[in-house]
Amino acid sequence: MNLANLQELAVRAFHYVSLALMVIYTIQSVTVFRQRHARSMEKIFLRQNIEMFLIHFLGFLTLFLNTFQESLIFFYLAQLIYLLFTLLLFRNLYPRASRSLINNMCMLLVIGFIMVSRFSTDQALKQFQITAAGTALALLVPLFVRKLLVLTRLTWGYVFVGIGLLGLVVIAARVTNGAKLSISVAGFSIQPSEFVKIIFVFAIAGLLSTQHSFRRVVIATVLAAVHVLILVVSNDLGSALIFFVTYLIMLFVATRNPFLTMIGLLAFCVAAVAAYFLFSHVRVRVQIWRDPFLDYAGSGYQICQSLFAIAAGGWLGTGLCQGSPGAIPYVSQDFMFSAILEEWGAIFGICLILICMAVFLMFINIAMKLGNRFYRLAALGLGVTYATQVFLTIGGGTKLIPMTGVTLPLVSYGGSSVLSTILMFAIVQGLYMLRGDEVKEERRASWQAEARSEYAPREDIRQGNASRMGTRPESASRMDAGRDSTRRADARSRAGQETRVWRQR
Amino acid sequence: MRQDPNLDETEGVRIRKVDLNPKKDEPLTGRKHNMELSIAAWIFVLLFALLIGRVVWINVFEAESLRNNINNTKADSNSDNIIRGDIRTLDGTVLATTLVDENGNQTRSYPYDNVFAHVVGYASNGKSGMEAEENYALLSSHSSLLKQIRAGETGEKVQGDRVVVTLDEKLQQTAYYALGSYKGAVVVMEPDSGKILAMVSKPDFNPNFIGMEWENLVSDTSSSALLNRATQGLYPPGSTFKMITTLAYLRAHPTDYSGFSWDCEGALSQGDVTITCYGDQKHGMEDLGGAFSNSCNTAFAQIGLDLDNGQFRKTAEEFLFNHALPTSMQHSQSIFKLTKDSSSGEQMTTAIGQGDTLVTPLHMALVTSTIANGGIMMRPYYVDHIETNDGTIVKQYDPEIYKKVLTPDEAGILTDYMKRTAESGTAAALSGNGYTVAGKTGSAEYESNGVTGTHSWFCGFAQTSEPHIAIAVIAEDGGTGSATAVPIAKQILDAFFYG
Repeated sequence: MNLANLQELAVRAFHYVSLALMVIYTIQSVTVFRQRHARSMEKIFLRQNIEMFLIHFLGFLTLFLNTFQESLIFFYLAQLIYLLFTLLLFRNLYPRASRSLINNMCMLLVIGFIMVSRFSTDQALKQFQITAAGTALALLVPLFVRKLLVLTRLTWGYVFVGIGLLGLVVIAARVTNGAKLSISVAGFSIQPSEFVKIIFVFAIAGLLSTQHSFRRVVIATVLAAVHVLILVVSNDLGSALIFFVTYLIMLFVATRNPFLTMIGLLAFCVAAVAAYFLFSHVRVRVQIWRDPFLDYAGSGYQICQSLFAIAAGGWLGTGLCQGSPGAIPYVSQDFMFSAILEEWGAIFGICLILICMAVFLMFINIAMKLGNRFYRLAALGLGVTYATQVFLTIGGGTKLIPMTGVTLPLVSYGGSSVLSTILMFAIVQGLYMLRGDEVKEERRASWQAEARSEYAPREDIRQGNASRMGTRPESASRMDAGRDSTRRADARSRAGQETRVWRQR
Repeated sequence: MRQDPNLDETEGVRIRKVDLNPKKDEPLTGRKHNMELSIAAWIFVLLFALLIGRVVWINVFEAESLRNNINNTKADSNSDNIIRGDIRTLDGTVLATTLVDENGNQTRSYPYDNVFAHVVGYASNGKSGMEAEENYALLSSHSSLLKQIRAGETGEKVQGDRVVVTLDEKLQQTAYYALGSYKGAVVVMEPDSGKILAMVSKPDFNPNFIGMEWENLVSDTSSSALLNRATQGLYPPGSTFKMITTLAYLRAHPTDYSGFSWDCEGALSQGDVTITCYGDQKHGMEDLGGAFSNSCNTAFAQIGLDLDNGQFRKTAEEFLFNHALPTSMQHSQSIFKLTKDSSSGEQMTTAIGQGDTLVTPLHMALVTSTIANGGIMMRPYYVDHIETNDGTIVKQYDPEIYKKVLTPDEAGILTDYMKRTAESGTAAALSGNGYTVAGKTGSAEYESNGVTGTHSWFCGFAQTSEPHIAIAVIAEDGGTGSATAVPIAKQILDAFFYG
């Protein structure tokens, strides 16, 4: 058996091992929450890390065997150090951070590293630098979130910065692919809409958390509409849709009024139909979606190539570097998922979707546990932003919905995208720990109460409420990694306010 | 008592009422408070499930047709490891093969030169025909992994899978030479299975020299030799369309169609349009079958005036005019333009197969074949199966019913009229040969760039009692159907029944 043949067999074996590891990782990211003890959870999280490092190693080994580029070895080592640092630092600096979220973030980054490197080492290097810098920044974020209560009161600041940045894009942006997306600052091309997403969530959370009178809802709606319209004008339909969906869901959760949401949905339908008849580029996208092969050589080319790539991959994929996803224009930005389906196969792709879903559910779970309405809405909004973006890019690439041209967070190539997503994850980590603070604060209050041998709730709670609350099952205590899950309370941490105590049986 | 779920529920309702009042603070915890969050979570879980469903859907239902898509060049990169497989007929005749010289250079070779040019297609300078549609199969290998590894060891390439087609080499040759120097097309089908037995298009080219002749072939737009006229050529159907006009009439007069009588005076005028019978003939008194077998234009023009345009269009569309044909072959859609608002002139010309109606030869063969098959339309196909290099079947394609277009009665009546045509009407030359034929001729007049001419059509099948073969022939500028297309059909039928 000659060497080339052996190498081919080895690469194929690596591929199948990676697939198996990915499946195991995905299963574990769900089953971990069924563990009751902190130690057994910790064990699974560690196993997930090992699986991730193996996939990373096998991926880069395969890339190396394909190209024999020495620089890949150093690049791999740099990434390895980065991943180890990220995992260890987060664990040690923030022992109460969500391990599940960190693991999934690193896993998505690993897949992104491998795939971006597979297309272009230069792009990968750039992406890696931004990721590393972003992570360094992200390490500080939870600190800010925890310590700076003022962040919850900057509502109008968020509004002006957000609209200002988006407006700046319209005025000063370069036009890429028919859409005004990025501005150049000090040689870096920045896509402000990626960051405005976060600011926007904060603005809406600020507007809707304190009150939701009719007047307030109207103000919030107008401001959201301004954001969306600016994005539509700059032809960034994907982002416009993300902002819109995020606003609608936040409005629904804040006001708890399904009618408002229905009206919003109706308005969306009217706007969509109007856009279809008003703008030719919207019509073109719908036309491509209905039958991309009608204009195969022209507007339909990208999506056709994407579908060919998915079909070529089948369930198990062609193997890394064995397919030709490069045929899809802008593959590493907008069609990364199709490239993954071609080379890693549908099973791997489904696992990837499930990991994204686990990330989203973690965001929502954190929102559920937060008492402070501002933080609740912020966590929810960030989760919805993330989930919508995943849905738009994967749905667009698989022709489930018309293509909108957004990135797959953390996996696709794109500095602004990866940076803003890492920050988003860090903010949510901060919120998660904040919830921990609330528990801690609560526990202290509870001890004090016990010291006064007062098991009953304090007066500030409406009569009888507490005892009933006591019978309610804990909604998501399983997600509460290894903490005292029999005891829980939500506390309003608005400065100077009292802490309410409910004891749970 | 506290565990009582009803209590919990009433409590929940009460809390919600309080919440709807924006002035008051809400209670901050409890499951009810998280309900909206749960709903939001569920919405997105559903969307994620939709994504997974879509990925599964593509892989289960769409992957194969995407891999075989004519524009898909993914498989081409396999040619580094795999020798493009052969295309053969069921009896083992090689239609396309890849020759490998001692240096490992590959050349695609077509032993029959021009005869199968369009249907088999070419594999360099782009791809066409079967070479394009079955590209993925030809460049895949299902031979055992062991063999592939062994081939890899010795540095040899693996032989790709073989595509075995339903074409009949002898019929194809006969059809090819029968069409002679006419531009046009011949399609031969098996009515009860939909198998394509022969498919000829002219002018043609030699796929062995496609690289050398490419520039000439592409620049010569007047003959467009690369176009497969059998599947993509759009022609006025002429009188062959009367099969469909007759059907529309049968459906409008299900009980009294046999009472139809018409006194043909050679011309019929309505408004400023005058329809005349071919060659200024006067057919005199005739019933529906007589009008059909004489191919009487005035009678059918009158039928066109009487028919409801909507019903006429519906009948044509049931026969897949304005629709894609149920086949994976690349083809053009036939066109039927008559609408409610059409003028009487358009009604008359459409009824006799002129007007704006356009049809592909494959489509006419399918229409004929459907009538022959008692009204059941089979999906036309020409790949019988795909097998490995050593003959193990990888994928078998079986005949598939597309839909029932006619009732057996309607098919029977049409068959009777077509039989009369072949016995004593315009296709009488086909009688007395030892086989019984049902058919319809057509002489389709056209005008393009100021030049007028007549295309010669014939559609028919044999035997009438037990149809084995359905044929559509068109010879461009061949004059009347009787003059050119019928003799071509006769040669094919003779070859089919007598070898």
